Amino acid sequence: MILRTNMAGRWLAAGAAALSLIACSQGDARPKTASSKAPPQPYARDPYPSTYRAYPGVPTVVRNVTIFDGEGGRIDNGQLLFADGKIVALGQSVDAPADAQVIDGAGKWVTPGVIDIHSHLGDYPTPSVQAHSDGNEATGPITADVWAEHSIWPQDPGFSRALANGGVTTLQVLPGSANLMGGRSVTLKNVYSRTMQGMKFPGAPYGLKMACGENPKRVYGSKGRQPSTRMGNVAVDRATWAKAQRYRTKWDKYEAEGGDAPDRDIAMDTLRGVLAGEILIQNHCYRADEMAIVEDMAKEFGYKVTAFHHAVEAYKIADILKANGTCAAVWADWYGFKMESYDGIGENLAILERAGACAMIHSDDENGIQRLNQEVAKVLASGRRAGIDIAPEVAWKWLSLGPATAMGIADKTGSLKPGKMADVVLWNGDPFTVYTRPEKVWIDGALLYDMNDPRRRPVSDFELGQPGSGDVK
Amino acid sequence: MKRAFLLLATMLTSPAAAQTVAITNVTIAVGDGSEPVENGTLVFQNGRIVGASGTIAVPAGAEVIDGRGKWVSPGFVAGFSDLGITDAAGVSESNDAGARTAPFNAALDVSVAINPAEVKIANERLGGVTRALVAAEASNSIFAGEGAVIDLGDDPQAVTRSRAFQFVELGEGGGRLAGGSRPAAYAALRDAFTQAQDYRRNPAAFGGREKESLVKRGDAEALLRVLDGTVPLVVHVERASDILTVLALPREYPKLKLVLTGASEGWMVAREIAAARVPVIAAALADLPAQFEQLGATESNVGRMRAAGVQVALASTGNNGGEHNLRQYAGNLVAISKVPGHTGLTWGQALASITSGPAAALGMDGEIGSLRAGRRADVVLWDGDPLEIGSAPVSVWIDGRAQPMRSRQKALRDRYLVPTEGALPKAYER
Repeated sequence: MILRTNMAGRWLAAGAAALSLIACSQGDARPKTASSKAPPQPYARDPYPSTYRAYPGVPTVVRNVTIFDGEGGRIDNGQLLFADGKIVALGQSVDAPADAQVIDGAGKWVTPGVIDIHSHLGDYPTPSVQAHSDGNEATGPITADVWAEHSIWPQDPGFSRALANGGVTTLQVLPGSANLMGGRSVTLKNVYSRTMQGMKFPGAPYGLKMACGENPKRVYGSKGRQPSTRMGNVAVDRATWAKAQRYRTKWDKYEAEGGDAPDRDIAMDTLRGVLAGEILIQNHCYRADEMAIVEDMAKEFGYKVTAFHHAVEAYKIADILKANGTCAAVWADWYGFKMESYDGIGENLAILERAGACAMIHSDDENGIQRLNQEVAKVLASGRRAGIDIAPEVAWKWLSLGPATAMGIADKTGSLKPGKMADVVLWNGDPFTVYTRPEKVWIDGALLYDMNDPRRRPVSDFELGQPGSGDVK
Repeated sequence: MKRAFLLLATMLTSPAAAQTVAITNVTIAVGDGSEPVENGTLVFQNGRIVGASGTIAVPAGAEVIDGRGKWVSPGFVAGFSDLGITDAAGVSESNDAGARTAPFNAALDVSVAINPAEVKIANERLGGVTRALVAAEASNSIFAGEGAVIDLGDDPQAVTRSRAFQFVELGEGGGRLAGGSRPAAYAALRDAFTQAQDYRRNPAAFGGREKESLVKRGDAEALLRVLDGTVPLVVHVERASDILTVLALPREYPKLKLVLTGASEGWMVAREIAAARVPVIAAALADLPAQFEQLGATESNVGRMRAAGVQVALASTGNNGGEHNLRQYAGNLVAISKVPGHTGLTWGQALASITSGPAAALGMDGEIGSLRAGRRADVVLWDGDPLEIGSAPVSVWIDGRAQPMRSRQKALRDRYLVPTEGALPKAYER
């Protein structure tokens, strides 16, 4: 089960409304109010806009290939056509234009590009030197004012590995989990650019990274300040949401009626966006009991938890997550590395799926992001042995449509649906065996990785001219 | 009295089963680098492998297991691991890997801390891991201390070999531990070796008990074992230039038995490593410039070193998912063989890199890590290709003893297959 709300649509609608208000305040089409207050001046919702542009591609048809469409469907010996950056058609056979490039996919698989909902590429880039430690603004437990996009280093070598080895076409980069509210996430197309804006996924909503559990209480408890306990975590969260509700009321009124502008608070802008449903909560949380408390906190203050991340114990409360419409983004088998991960099991994702909860794979790791398909294969195997049989084509949802939905971009990418972005991976075999690798990766229809062509192997500025520059990685 | 004690100790450390087991009609992967053979028979007896081949006779009285459609392989040898010395690495109270404020370093012997009942051991055993090279973590000195080789058996005796190796950091990490630079790390190494030799010449005159002394008597004794070559020295370095510096150490200390670990840039100096006959335990899939000392990292590292004649094995270091993922790493090195420009491993080499490879690096391949005759019967029967993600062990034997196929993870799974509570709270379901 996946979230049906079209978050991206709501964000765009809000953005469009804001733009029209700006336009109105500059022109004079707005009817005068009786009190002749100054017209409202909404703050910019998108001050660092995407400048991403799709690279050119050629109409391409892949034939004789096994297709996982990313929505749970499978076509054996099928055909996929994409052109002008979009999926055009798929089926047993498609009508391809005469000039289309034909690729024989015999023995190969084609899938939507992999989407990682939890990455730190760019904000914890390699080399992992202190100078690159840009993911946690660990100077206070509430830093909803920081935006991960302002930390992104677009030259992170990790982007190229995620592309070439992992078939990753889209990723959400989050702040770290030192803070209760760590700041805004950013969604990127996995296409190198000179600037962060050049990688930014057009029209993707922001997320707010929250964290419960051990990390915030450890980081701030060790500094002798609140929070130092789990109850302290919740207390600080609640105080902050209460403040955000007041901020929202003031700004909603002002943006509707005008008059004197309330004081601007960059952190509160973000929380107001959450309360308005425009910014999605991406909540680091391991333990089942804590997730249940966070769900109640969300109801108390009128917001929604879009996804719990890591969610090592999500399997214990699959029913509660389902009832709340909250997704779980999890590893396949990480466990035992800290107290709150002690109860991790390899069947987590399989149990969630069987319970009908929204679930997906994630990496949180610059190495794991290169093998998310293999992580899903592990879940399929351990699920099968627990009596939970999940078809591989259904499991592909965990790699693309699931994360796209929880990131609010499912109307644009995440499956091979005609009209969506042609974010496509051709695998040189069954992607759920260990012996398979991406052969070609297209993003918006542009061929950006080709295992057979060293010129289609990106080399970031950092690696250029270094040992192994341009080598297979 | 002493003899009786020794006898008891021997019994405790060798809980081998007396019965004879024959697995027939099975695909046999020996783990010595050879390719798998179909329709073979594996026989083990008294805790040791008798033989594995297509022609071996099934001894009378053997327990015969039909392995049709299945594979048999040696159990995996996971190095370097914290199995048995941490319950959860991030829980400092449960973590015996590092001793940041201890006055000792090279003398720290992890074997005294091994807890065979630690829950990760059973979890990982069910993933096909039967032995681990357990290493301490260097935390107050370049020396981490003496590591142990353990088995993952369901019995109270886990240590196969204590003092199996000494571990030292000589790259970026070593520089940091020594006070801020690589030269400081090498100065510390040479000073420690010199002091150990002083201790040997005149133990009575050796201090080593002063608070500020960097080398205590126990450290000196441990380092003498390294200098004498009775304990291998595992050196963690990544950069090509660091590797060459380490390879030159035997000119000063001729009996050193070096083992390299990390070695992300090993492929750049593979001929030199091969010529020095120094084994390498490397991370299979380290392909990022995680630090400046790893700029040349590539998944082809292991394959290129192997092709140059280096004796290679895979490391499981730094893996939050557990030691069982070693086989996934090995499988990936087979996968890259199909990617132009990459050098991977054959299937047989890949299996060897997680079985006999790590054992050989410590000179223990005569004892563990393969299904060759005479080896300890650490045997895993699989429902498919052992390197394939979808396969899983059906049965596991360690020292010839059948292991229970249960773990705390399985118990949690069974309790929560249906997450909702029933007639009683979950706490009553077991």
